[in-house]
Amino acid sequence: MRPFRYHRPTEVAEAVAQLDAEPDAAYLAGGTNLVDLMKLGVQRPNLLIDVTRLPLDTVEPLPDGGVRIGANVRNSDLAAHPVIRRDYPVLARALLAAASGQLRNMATTGGNLLQRTRCAYFQDTSKACNKREPGTGCAARHGQNRDLAVLGWSEHCVATHPSDMAVALVALDAVVEAYAPDGPREIPLTQLHREPGDRPEQETTLPRGTLITGVRLPPSPLARRSAYHKARDRASFAFALGSVAAALDLAGGVVRDVRLAYGAVAHRPWRAHRAEETLRGRPFTPELAAHAADVELAAARPLEHNAFKVPLIRNLTVRALTELAGRP
Amino acid sequence: MRSGRQRGKPADGDWSSRVTLTVNGVEHDLTLDNRTTLLDALRERLGLTGSKKGCDHGQCGSCTTLLDGRRVKSCLILAVTLDGRTVVTVEGLAGPEGLAPIQAAFIAHDAYQCGYCTPGQLCSAQGMLDEVSRDWPSAVTEDLTAPAQLTDPEIRERMSGNLCRCAAYPNIVAAVREAAR
Amino acid sequence: MSTMMGVAHTRLEGREKVTGAARYAVEFPADDVTYGWAVPASVTRGRITRIDPAPALAVPGVLDVLHHGHAPRLVPGVDATLFLLQEPAVHYRGELIAVVVAETLEAAREGARLVRIDYDTEPHSTVLTEHHPGLYRPDKVNPGYPPDTADGDFDAGFAAAQIRVDATYRTPAYHNNPMEPHATTARWQDGRLLVHDSNQGSSPVQSALAELFGLPREAVRVVTEHVGGGFGSKGYAKAPVVLAALAARQVGRPVRLALTRQQLFGPIGYRTPTIQRVRLGADPDGRISAVCHDAISQTSTIYEFAEQSAVYARSMYAGRHRRTTHRLVRLDVPTPFWMRAPGECPGAYALESAMDELATACGVDPVELRIRNDTAVDPDQGQPFSSRDLVACLREGAHRFGWADRDPTPGVRRDGRWLVGTGVAGSNYPARARAAAATATAAPDGTFEVRINATDIGTGARTALWQVAADALAVPGDRVTIRIGDSALPPAGVAGGSMGTASWSWAIIRACEGLRDRIRNSPGGTVPAEGLTVEVSTADEIRAQPPRPRYAYGAYFVEVRIDVDTGEIRLDRMLGVFAAGRIVNPTTARSQFIGGMTMGVSMALHEEGLLDERYGDWVNHDLATYHISTCADVDRIEAYWLPEEDADLNPAGVKGIGEIGIVGSAAAVTNAVHHATGIRIRDLPVRLDKLLERLPAR
Repeated sequence: MRPFRYHRPTEVAEAVAQLDAEPDAAYLAGGTNLVDLMKLGVQRPNLLIDVTRLPLDTVEPLPDGGVRIGANVRNSDLAAHPVIRRDYPVLARALLAAASGQLRNMATTGGNLLQRTRCAYFQDTSKACNKREPGTGCAARHGQNRDLAVLGWSEHCVATHPSDMAVALVALDAVVEAYAPDGPREIPLTQLHREPGDRPEQETTLPRGTLITGVRLPPSPLARRSAYHKARDRASFAFALGSVAAALDLAGGVVRDVRLAYGAVAHRPWRAHRAEETLRGRPFTPELAAHAADVELAAARPLEHNAFKVPLIRNLTVRALTELAGRP
Repeated sequence: MRSGRQRGKPADGDWSSRVTLTVNGVEHDLTLDNRTTLLDALRERLGLTGSKKGCDHGQCGSCTTLLDGRRVKSCLILAVTLDGRTVVTVEGLAGPEGLAPIQAAFIAHDAYQCGYCTPGQLCSAQGMLDEVSRDWPSAVTEDLTAPAQLTDPEIRERMSGNLCRCAAYPNIVAAVREAAR
Repeated sequence: MSTMMGVAHTRLEGREKVTGAARYAVEFPADDVTYGWAVPASVTRGRITRIDPAPALAVPGVLDVLHHGHAPRLVPGVDATLFLLQEPAVHYRGELIAVVVAETLEAAREGARLVRIDYDTEPHSTVLTEHHPGLYRPDKVNPGYPPDTADGDFDAGFAAAQIRVDATYRTPAYHNNPMEPHATTARWQDGRLLVHDSNQGSSPVQSALAELFGLPREAVRVVTEHVGGGFGSKGYAKAPVVLAALAARQVGRPVRLALTRQQLFGPIGYRTPTIQRVRLGADPDGRISAVCHDAISQTSTIYEFAEQSAVYARSMYAGRHRRTTHRLVRLDVPTPFWMRAPGECPGAYALESAMDELATACGVDPVELRIRNDTAVDPDQGQPFSSRDLVACLREGAHRFGWADRDPTPGVRRDGRWLVGTGVAGSNYPARARAAAATATAAPDGTFEVRINATDIGTGARTALWQVAADALAVPGDRVTIRIGDSALPPAGVAGGSMGTASWSWAIIRACEGLRDRIRNSPGGTVPAEGLTVEVSTADEIRAQPPRPRYAYGAYFVEVRIDVDTGEIRLDRMLGVFAAGRIVNPTTARSQFIGGMTMGVSMALHEEGLLDERYGDWVNHDLATYHISTCADVDRIEAYWLPEEDADLNPAGVKGIGEIGIVGSAAAVTNAVHHATGIRIRDLPVRLDKLLERLPAR
């Protein structure tokens, strides 16, 4: 780990100005990913700007019925918040399915969104990775890629976004509140993460130096009937092999509205717009759910070792929606 | 080829910081390399080697300590961020009247073999029981809005951030169950 | 008189372990201590052409960069895997080729990253296949078995059999991953070397260090008080102890050196991948007439380690016509080494899976099939077993598990979204002993001290040996102190091969018997003021023990669930019954059995070293990506044992319990997966992607 200076600003604008002034600076939040990557030599900041004591740690119900989640709210606190548990179960479930109790006590909302891929080649500085070192190639493309992408990947990068929380938030139409060097801004979460294209090192659409200050959940009656299903290699404490966040509103057996997002399949949390369109306005059946998943997954291009992700996501879609449809 | 030991001591003030940290009730005023993790500060600076380094990357739980009462992985926390905060390690679990119930239960149920993950298991269990007392749900909680029940599946899920290669898991579950009573 | 043998007792060191007071290898206070950080090779095969330590030495706090160019010299010919920092050759990716020593861990880590190394590389071969041109027959397989055996005429017997099973099973590389990484604190003082090291037996480590550094044994002391697991990988001196000793000599200060978790995937050994073809010929009632087990595994280019995978098939079940073979290939990979029941563990997976296939083919219940093929005489050595309670284990387990009404039809039991199935497998493990020395001392105040360089790696050895000693002395335990874990104590063998308790208790019992004689024969039958000490060695007695097949046995019963949507597999229940001679301490024995069984579950369902052929290393070299079972993966697991008296073992009558719990346990799991789904997976681990698209219709 390279030696670094350490700042602990007390105001958001101060933090952003400090980072803007130093090309190799990084924000430090929960540290569960950044400190890990610094030890591996993957990230080598020379200045850490500790944002954990900025006053961004509350969950506030909003007058419009939505919720604002401060960027520093820990994953465990968010999952345990009564409003989240009652009104946005998909989010609570996604958080609880992730990592471990200790890590959830450390990881923050903002940091969770910006965590980096767990692609083993990205994490190993002795191997080629365009994301870590642009232009060196993608060792994962023809390597051990069982865990990696089936949707939206490029020859330059086949990494997946590892977050569970972000999959739920994408399904919930969350809005990211951020503070850029030129001032505050907002961006729909569906537009935060990029597909890798030929710039896999660029993971989000945020300008450099932008600090996420919070996430806003719009009011969503739909979200009360929502769920998160995650498949993984062991019963707990493992990243997803595939996950589905779903919310469903049925009226007389007909899909009035639906939200669907997939995790562990792409460089970004994957909002399944095509599947949603296929479902809306039609009488719900498990067969329709399967068809909708097939429509979404028609674009899938499995790698050598991960073709299983396509039927896995399809089956999880059917299960998630069928269970939601069956709820009183 | 032997180098003088004074050469290049990490003395540059920019790269280190003063940190006041309370560990097991004792306040420490330390000057630390900014890179020092809480785990390394405990083990190498304070001589508190109870917290273990199993993976150094947050993947095994052996380094679990309680930070302001909450269980965390001390290998992924930079000590420099903890100025003014309070840490309890395995060495601080026992009270003046003896072992904490969770410690006694681990001995009684043989909830360990090699003992290397044990300090992390103990701190994790202590923190987890507090989470349950605050009705935090887990991934296996059926009803997210109901009060927490400490069933065996709940214990297993909540303790899964602590790997045990000896696989004392059933005994750990029994020990936690007993300590929760 | 036995008052403590067989009585449950909590661990003597329990309080130290739950308060954090128990010290492991790099936790002993040391003045002026420095930190070593190993540097791995980043090529698979080749030669270091240049090492530039300058960028590392420029890091504030870095004291030295040791490498082959200037590290202290070691004596060659001791063990090629320990001949470290001596030569520019690189034999595998991840080989430890330099050590950075620094004032702090932080500086050492950064320095290690900055050492610049140039290589000339050569083409490499790192993948085991059954067609590899380098396959050969080793002269012997671990620890000294003949590579091939044959009895009768297998080919003719198999051809004549009415029912035939011919299946090939594959197991991946498994990594021991003890929770405590291999680690050492080393210091030199007046030409003597003192190390605190994490190993399974410090007497052999002491010998290895003495030979490598050209010292008399007495000049080396290895202290191994607590060990954070080893599972075979700490069964001999490994890289850290040599690197730390080299570094400490170089910088003239104590050095703490622990490998990182990532560095454990290779340099300290692993369980070789295997390719195993098993053929069973039987009559329609399932009586085996022909059995053949052909096992292929890998070793490195620098040291021959030959996993004895087919040895299990030599003695487990009856059958007139028999053949076993082992073939090996030298690859540009780290040297495989012991991992919990080397040979028996992967071999039993294959044979016990084939037995399940045979049961299906014959339409015979798999418990009954094993009972029908029981044998009182070892088919390999032709002698009767000293004791063999396999059938009793199977019957007791079937009874406890509720096996009787099992419907053998695969893929038909549903519980909501789960497919449910049950499986069984057998197990054996040889009961052996090694020579050891021990002393027993009586003090005039009526207390005793027993000294032996045994090692407690979590097995409960410290407590069990104390119980044995108290019984042998016929005094209450509170009057006996047991001292282990230091090469300054009377020498003894490693905690490995399930030989620890048998070997150590043997020496302790003889020492205590001798001491009681001495006390009886001393004036007045009392202990004089200066105390009395008896030192013994069991070398002659063990050498004189007639060879005979001596084995522990076991049987497993498993229930699994498979999610019909995802193929995810969950272990509902696992029950093991063992016949392992006398059980000294039921508390710690149960933990050993359960630990072995769980590691078998982990082997069956979770673990796999994923090799990238282009790089020649395992991509998933950490605990986030190399999955071992978590607490949530083990639902209900039970271990029982049968009372077993076998007078032909050793004075304590124990068979050893460290490995019997893993042998065959993976097959019980995969046999249950087959029963649940109708899918026979012959390459481990069984994970959801191997089942998902083949599951019965939802």
